[in-house]
Order: sequence, then C-alpha cells, then structure tokens
Amino acid sequence: MALIDVERHEIRQQMMDDLQRALKKPMNKRHWAMVIDQAKCVGCTACTTACVAENHLPPGVVYRPVIEEEVGKYPNVRKSFLPRPCMQCDDPPCVKVCPAHATWKRPDGIVEINYNRCIGCRYCIGACPYSARTFDKGFFYTDGTPEIMDYEKEPSFEYGKEWPRKNRESSPIGNARKCTYCIHRVEKGILPACVTTCIGDATYFGDRNDPKSLVAKLLGSPRARKLKEEEGTKPTTTYLV
Amino acid sequence: MKSTIKILVWVLAVIGFGVGLYGMFLRITTGDRLADYGSYIPWGLWVAFYIYFIGLSAGSFLLSTLVYVARIEKLEKIGKLALFTAFGCLIAALLSIWMDLGHMARVGNVLLHMNLDSMMSWMGILYSSYFGIIIIELWFALRGDLVETAKTGRGGSKALARLLSFGSTDDSAAARAADHAKLRVLGIIGVPLAIAFHGGVGALFGVIQARPHWNTPLMPITFLIGALASGGALLTAVVYIWGPDESKEKLNDIMKFLGQIVLALVLFDFLLEISEFLIGLYSVAPAERLPLEAILHGHFWYVFWIVHFLFGVVIPVIILFAKAVPKGRPDKPAGGAIAFACLLVAVTFIAVRFNIVIPAQINPEIPGLQYAFGGPGLKYTYLPTAMEWLVSIWVTSFAVLLFLIGEKLLPIVKSEHREVA
Repeated sequence: MALIDVERHEIRQQMMDDLQRALKKPMNKRHWAMVIDQAKCVGCTACTTACVAENHLPPGVVYRPVIEEEVGKYPNVRKSFLPRPCMQCDDPPCVKVCPAHATWKRPDGIVEINYNRCIGCRYCIGACPYSARTFDKGFFYTDGTPEIMDYEKEPSFEYGKEWPRKNRESSPIGNARKCTYCIHRVEKGILPACVTTCIGDATYFGDRNDPKSLVAKLLGSPRARKLKEEEGTKPTTTYLV
Repeated sequence: MKSTIKILVWVLAVIGFGVGLYGMFLRITTGDRLADYGSYIPWGLWVAFYIYFIGLSAGSFLLSTLVYVARIEKLEKIGKLALFTAFGCLIAALLSIWMDLGHMARVGNVLLHMNLDSMMSWMGILYSSYFGIIIIELWFALRGDLVETAKTGRGGSKALARLLSFGSTDDSAAARAADHAKLRVLGIIGVPLAIAFHGGVGALFGVIQARPHWNTPLMPITFLIGALASGGALLTAVVYIWGPDESKEKLNDIMKFLGQIVLALVLFDFLLEISEFLIGLYSVAPAERLPLEAILHGHFWYVFWIVHFLFGVVIPVIILFAKAVPKGRPDKPAGGAIAFACLLVAVTFIAVRFNIVIPAQINPEIPGLQYAFGGPGLKYTYLPTAMEWLVSIWVTSFAVLLFLIGEKLLPIVKSEHREVA
C-alpha cells in the first residue's frame, strides 16, 4: 500500500461519510477504530493540544501524548513519532482490575469510565501497559494566582455528559481518566479532535465493522501494527509503520 | 525496663497522633495534590504501609491459631494478645488504603458494585469477612474475662466490660470451655481466610501483567511468608512488653519458641528474596532489570542495604541465632534480646514493602513517555512528601493508641497475669 493511499482532499470527506453511515447502525453493530500513520506524523503535537482543549484537561492529565524517538547516528539520524491515545483494547486489562465496575468495554468498542462510580484507587492506571490512563489530582492552570479562572471550571463533555470542575472534590477530579476517542463528538457526527486537527492527516477514524470505511481498508494494510501486541490486549488503535 | 518502654511507646504514639493530625488536615483539605504519586507512578507510600500493616495483621492472626487451633500449651496466654495485635494492624491497614483513594467517600462501591474479576474486589470481600471473624473471635476469647471484670472490676474497665459482654453473665469453667470450642472452629475458618486475603494481596500485584516486577506467580507466597515473618516478629516483641507476667523460665521458654519461629521465617523470606533477585538480574529486559537495579544501587539503595538487609536480616538473625536457638545454658535470660531482634524485623519490614510497591513502577511502559508531555504526576520518580509521611505517622499512631487503650481497658492480658510495674 502506498504511503498515502487516499487523495488528501478526499480523506476528511470519506471519514465524515463513514461516520454518518456508522451512526445509522445500532450501537452494537459498529466498532470505532483509529488508525495512525507514523510515516505521515510530523510530531507537531497539534493533536495533543486539541485534545487538551476539547476535553478541558487539567495539568497532569493527558490523553494523547506524542512520544518522540530518535533513530540512528549522525549523520544518519531520523525521528519517529508515536501519538498514543487510548488503545480501546478488546481485552482491556484496566476493565478487569477495576474493583467497582466503574469502567467497561462498550459494544461500540469504546472503553468507558463512569466518573461518578470510580473510587480513585488507580489500579487501572498501573494495569494499563500503555500508560494511557492518568490521574486527575485536581490541579488548575491558574493555581497560585489570585483567582482560579472561570474557563477552567467549564465542563468537559466526555461520554456525552457534563463534567464541570466547580470544586476540587467532584468527579472527574480524583478519578482515573483517559482518551474517549471523543465519543461525545463522534455521536454528534463530528470526527475526534485529534483527527480534525492533524496537519498531515496522519490519524484516521471510523467504523472498522464497515468494510467500505477508510479505517477498515487501512486495517488491511501490510503496514498495520498494534502496540505491544504480545500483551494480548487486542488494541483497537492501530499504527501504520 | 518494660514499664519504661511502655511509657515511651505511649509518648511516641501521642506525639505521632498530634503531629500526624496536620497531615490528615492537609489530606482532607487538599486531596491528593500534595502527594508525590501520580499518573506514571500511581501507588506510593500509603499502599506500601497498607501491605505492611495487613501483613503484620495476617502474621499475628495466623500465630494466634497456634493457640486456638493447634493448642500449643505454652502460648496459651498470648492468644488474645495475638488477636488484638492483628486487629490493631488491620485497622491501620484499612485506614492506610482508605487514605489512598481519590474518592474516599465511595469506598463502599467496592462491595456495592463488586467485580469478581478484580483482586481488589476480592480484598473487599475477604477483609470484611476477616474483620468479622477477628471481632467474633476476640469477643469469645474475652467473654469469660469480660463477664468476670463486669462482676468484680472497678471504674471504667467495669463499665466497658459490662457493655461489651452484651448481657452475657456466665463465667463458669463450662462456659469458658464452650468459648474455647467456638474459638477453635473460628480459628479453623480463619486460617484459610487469612491465607486467602494475604495471598490475595500478593495476587493483587501478581496479576498486573503490565509490571513484570510484580507479575510473578510467587507473589502470593512471598507475601504470605513476609506476613508470617513480620507479623510473628511484631507479636514476639509485643508479648515481651505487654504479655502476661510469667516466671522468668516460662517467659524465656515462650520467647525462645517464638524467636525460633521468626528466625526460620526471616531466613525463608530472605531465600525467596535471593531467588527473585538472581533470576531477575539474569534478564536483559529493562522491565525486569531496572526495578532490581534501582533497589540495589539506585538513589534509595540504603532502603534495601541498610534498613532491610542490615537491620532487618543480618543483625536480627545473628541475635536470634545467639539467643533463641537453645545452647548450653537454656535458663540464661534471652527475652529482651529476642524481643529487640524481633522488633527490628517488624519495624524494618516496611523497607521490603516499599521496595515491592515503588521500584516496579519506575520503568516507563513506553520508552520516552515521560518526555512527551509535562505536568504534575507525569514522571517516573517518586519521593514521599511530608504530607504523605505525616498521614502514615497518624495512621500508625492511631493504631498504636487503639492497642494501648484496649490493652489497658480490656482483659487482653488478665489482671492477675499482668506485670507489676
């Protein structure tokens, strides 16, 4: 498969069309998947920033860091980049260890967290082989200034609900948090924030159960790899290497 | 000497309770923000203290079964003390892990929304059962003496005894024999329960495939042996200081017997440790090697070499070999030295627990992750903060005070057996 298999201008349109088709199906008939083309990622971290903005992530919470790796020796040096959202594993170790059934695998493939049930034991954080979960300790960016700014208290809309940061005790503060594939956007027919902001169109999103979808085609690429496949977690997020 | 130590423990516990209150105030008012654990090292000092105390509790409890199940005659009078020590340590363990939760008020969700795939849910079930067993066992072990104190005692002890005897008035020999029969049954139920819950704590770590340092089938066994060694050592020290005032020979006999058990357990625990280190260091995989290298020659090398190896193994083993293993003069007083060696084992065992919890988490699961995004808690180093230490000091002092007050007010050691200080 070529480096870029789809004409650039067609990519977004096709993913939007895929999304609309998937949303017409019952929830258990679609399976959301993300494909990241490492050969196209330039490491700009626009996705990381967009994710922080979209989900109103506080200091210390990150859903999609981009890990840089330097390969080779001068003068034959190159960099490779690994954006790391949640893998939305089909066999998620985080779900298995949760003592309160506060996290589960949805029929559409998303691993969801019920922030109001999570006790904050952080067992899931330790159990995730990708460090995809982070702990919300309740920090604000304007901590240490005369006033915590109102924009920091605005709600995030994860899992289609409102999660305001009115005080330091209420969820999602004190919880484990992770990437949701922006399911609150997806269910309204909008692509995840990381996908729409990617300057190189290196992140693809869609319904892997739909053979006509772009992601389903890309998943058939010989370049398709999963992260730490040997862990047996069956990640949904796939990389093109 | 013993009364001086008792006063010293009271003073330390009261100071610890007072100073620790500030830590508790910070914990309640600032949540987790002043703690150093975070996203990449999610478990810290409080988890280490939790497994430390739960081990002490399980070890103490299992030794109490020597009295109530195996009916070893020479230990007869320390059964209640062993149970009460196990109870105090259980409270400290539960408080430690409760402090660690991001949402302390939701702790009930572990039982309300139980997930039988999660070892932590099992902990909830097993601790509740263990808590129940220990309370019922303590009551039957104390019932006869409570009834007696309610009849003949004075002041606060009498009132408390009357309240806690729950209307029971029969302190005849036949009733006490019936209590002992019930204690035997409870003890028999308690043994597999104690093995299950402490082996279960080992399994709680052992099942985490993502952390190879924890992910070994030997984890539950290591935890159990560690629990027996540390809990047995604590109980031996407690028996010497708070135990019944026996004749010198009898006390010597008890202390040597317990000292030998502790010696064997410490050596067996150390054997398991050597095995873990040798196999782990043979590996070239960073996830296997890094935690062990950090333990042996990382920033906190002294936690292993000085606190654990020197004060927790070498010195106690030498003392116990010299004093607890019978030699030419069996009557020579050895209780104090044995108690001191056991106290060293019990106190320094926190180093072992610390080295189980922290180093396993220092290896980035994806190399370079720590440089990808910055923020509080997004790092692979951990140093407990003053707030974390203060909370642990408060929890420890609270449990010690609970023990001291209980020992004063309840017939844990019958008054006629008490030392005349």
